[in-house]
Amino acid sequence: MIAIQRKYSIERRDFQSAGQVSSSIKKIMKQVGVNPEVIRRVSVASYETEMNIIIHSNGGTMEFSIGSDYIKIIALDRGPGIDDIDLAMKEGYSTATKDVRELGFGAGMGLPNIKRCADDFDIQSEVGKCTRITIGFNL
Amino acid sequence: MKLLEIQKLLEAEVLSGHEHMEREVTNAFAADLMSDVLAFVDDKTILLTGLTNPHTIRTAEMMDINAIVFVRGKKPDEETLKMAEENQIVTMTTKNIMFVTSGILYKKGLRGANIIHK
Repeated sequence: MIAIQRKYSIERRDFQSAGQVSSSIKKIMKQVGVNPEVIRRVSVASYETEMNIIIHSNGGTMEFSIGSDYIKIIALDRGPGIDDIDLAMKEGYSTATKDVRELGFGAGMGLPNIKRCADDFDIQSEVGKCTRITIGFNL
Repeated sequence: MKLLEIQKLLEAEVLSGHEHMEREVTNAFAADLMSDVLAFVDDKTILLTGLTNPHTIRTAEMMDINAIVFVRGKKPDEETLKMAEENQIVTMTTKNIMFVTSGILYKKGLRGANIIHK
């Protein structure tokens, strides 16, 4: 059973509204009464995912759904895709530019941190097309 | 340690969340890199940072951090402080550098927040 479902659009390099999607998701979880420890893990994973779309992709969407025993987030972007996923998953590896680093991001910790926070994690990517990240949390 | 005590020790100016100065914190995390802040795990943590952009407040919001000390005399802009108020986050600024700020608080009993290594 899916109790609540939301789909958000995220624009490339939109640092101004960065974090708004994750903030909305966090508010929903609080309203529904999700365990605070789970809320924090979902929030961190969601925020890292949102920043990834803003920093690295041509824009995309994030879909959030919460049911009675599971939270799922699907992030789908419009490319450019990741050439070497194993390398992208490596802590400390980053392709972020200097301006992104000045904002406090781009340490190469994003994807590993998302995986660490989630109970289920899947990443699929096709160069020139898209990257899809699916993350799940048990309630 | 109460935020009021931290403010006194650091001779800090409170910028937002004046009504929440009775809050207690037990740990601190010092970093200018929000990617690293997103990787620690403890509750009741105060963030010490020189980074004053809105992402600092967003990161704090996501991590349930409800107190931030800006070091080296840095102050965020009005918009960023408004975001802190909305999220009931206490922010203050101290003229001390990060190293001295950390040293003062450590000496008085605050401990470092733990990060997960996996």
